[in-house]
Amino acid sequence: MKVLVPVKRVVDANVKVRVKPDKTGVDLNNVKMAVNPFCEIAIEEAVRLKESGVATEVVAVSVGATNCQEQLRTCLALGADRAILVQVDDAVQPLGVAKLLKAIFDKEQPGLVLFGKQSIDGDNSQTGQMFAALAGLPQGTFASKLTVADGKASVVREVDGGLQTVELKLPAVITTDLRLNEPRYASLPNIMKAKKKPLDTVSPADLGVELKTTVETVSVEPPPERKAGIKVESVEQLVDKLRNEAKVIS
Amino acid sequence: MALDATTLTQLLDTVRRFVRTELVPLESQVAREDRIPERIVAQMRELGLFGLTVPESYGGLGLGTEEECRVVMELGWTSPAFRSVIGTNNGIGSQGLVMDGTEAQKRRYLPGLASGELIGSFALTEPDAGSDAGSLTTAARPHNGGFLINGTKRFITNAPQANLFTVFARTDPNTTGAAGVSAFLIDADTKGIVLGKPNRKMGQQGAHVCDVVFDDCWVREDALLGGRELLNKGFATAMKTLDRGRLHISALAVGCAERLISDSLSYAMERKQFGQPIAEFQLIQAMLADSRTEAYAAQCMVLDAARRRDGGERVTTWAACCKLFASEMVGRVADRAVQIFGGAGYMEEYGIERFYRDVRLFRIYEGTSQIQQTLIARNMIRDHA
Repeated sequence: MKVLVPVKRVVDANVKVRVKPDKTGVDLNNVKMAVNPFCEIAIEEAVRLKESGVATEVVAVSVGATNCQEQLRTCLALGADRAILVQVDDAVQPLGVAKLLKAIFDKEQPGLVLFGKQSIDGDNSQTGQMFAALAGLPQGTFASKLTVADGKASVVREVDGGLQTVELKLPAVITTDLRLNEPRYASLPNIMKAKKKPLDTVSPADLGVELKTTVETVSVEPPPERKAGIKVESVEQLVDKLRNEAKVIS
Repeated sequence: MALDATTLTQLLDTVRRFVRTELVPLESQVAREDRIPERIVAQMRELGLFGLTVPESYGGLGLGTEEECRVVMELGWTSPAFRSVIGTNNGIGSQGLVMDGTEAQKRRYLPGLASGELIGSFALTEPDAGSDAGSLTTAARPHNGGFLINGTKRFITNAPQANLFTVFARTDPNTTGAAGVSAFLIDADTKGIVLGKPNRKMGQQGAHVCDVVFDDCWVREDALLGGRELLNKGFATAMKTLDRGRLHISALAVGCAERLISDSLSYAMERKQFGQPIAEFQLIQAMLADSRTEAYAAQCMVLDAARRRDGGERVTTWAACCKLFASEMVGRVADRAVQIFGGAGYMEEYGIERFYRDVRLFRIYEGTSQIQQTLIARNMIRDHA
């Protein structure tokens, strides 16, 4: 079984981002970039499926500019067998990404598509679901446990108030939650070997997909700065404020 | 082989992430227990950290000197005891073999050293032969088609864990200096090897050092590093090994300095006295700026010397300059860090006093600062003629 893992290049989780002065977005100049952490969990899960003999090939795919190759190389170092870059130089929105991935899916015919549940930059949590709809595939989102056997995927989902288990017929779409696994460190020899693994580049035109912008970003604002607190004079004043201002006690 | 920029960046990112996520939180535990958890050593093996400098054809990464130095700078961000685990395999414990070993010797030992299955250790220093290493008295005399080795080696890093010793012994009894010394590759479980108790040290707890005593230890003739051709020429091997090793230690000193500067700066910006962060005071700023400048200078020196070595230049003088400057530099940076932290710097829980003790070793091992000075000046005079 082939596993397709879409991955996104995002700002590294440890970077403190700044909003651009013109409020059109976040300043990405000279900022460290990384594989979206949820996508890294998806790669790890796919590699584990291969190591346990369930999967035979892991293909990583990314949509974006040439520099996304860096993140695809990371995926190859982590154990993906080959990678595909769908080269798009302008920003692409979730629906556009889903359409491009649908075209890749049709070409590759994988048994499983493993997405991260969301990217830490846009936080949309849409691409996996949109893709599943476009491809007409069953989906198990926010997976915290995944078992694949006998042409079926059993997915434990973290939902409000507990765990839900769903069973999907393959091919299927899974999106990974934080607790599905803990991604490994790519070993240094594997990082060096990764550059010998195949990394193909295709364009939206090659895939017969036309991209349209459907959502316009109006403004990006930094979170409001926290105001300084006050010092209360007495316990009575504190209780009064908790009761009447904060309304946390009655 | 030089790595492309993307691969090198990924390699360094991975080491940085490993160091900061897995090692830094364990620093005080390792110092307290004088032990690095086996889980961490296993992770280091999986990552491939033992084989940085072993050629790819023997299962290592075959990093060039500059690449090695960059990785070591990342490792320097945490207690140097962690680096010590992989230090000898990448440095003095394997490089003699890499540079001068016979093909059979390389095939026998290098893959194990690269994977970390074997720990290599370098046995040169003796009770009466430290800086004057050429005066060593451990003797290897022909016996039964091999050699019989007798003598004591002192302060041998990683000896308690070692599987393989590179041992320097006098094969020509008519000499007293560097000529007449040969290098031997000796398995640690060979009969006649006795290990002393691990030494209690000033710092770098978790890294272990002890005496290695050879008492009628018989080895086969093929234990002679480089074969018969290098009989009585072992001291040259030791010196070549130390050239690269000195750059490695210099890079480590730079890494430690970066950590100390980062910790000092965070503390100075947070700690308030006289109503403002102490980083606002010019006397504190002077210390920060001096540390920043000196660490940058050392970093530039190390990378330059490493590139020269990769370019095929003989770097004995430059490596000695780096070792001298970088090790003394980190001593001053650590001293300022204690000063910036003030009372807290003297307390164990902040970890600054631990670094202060840990980095003290850099001015001593693999050639003291005074030996580096002597070497630099001697080479200057020689080259002037």
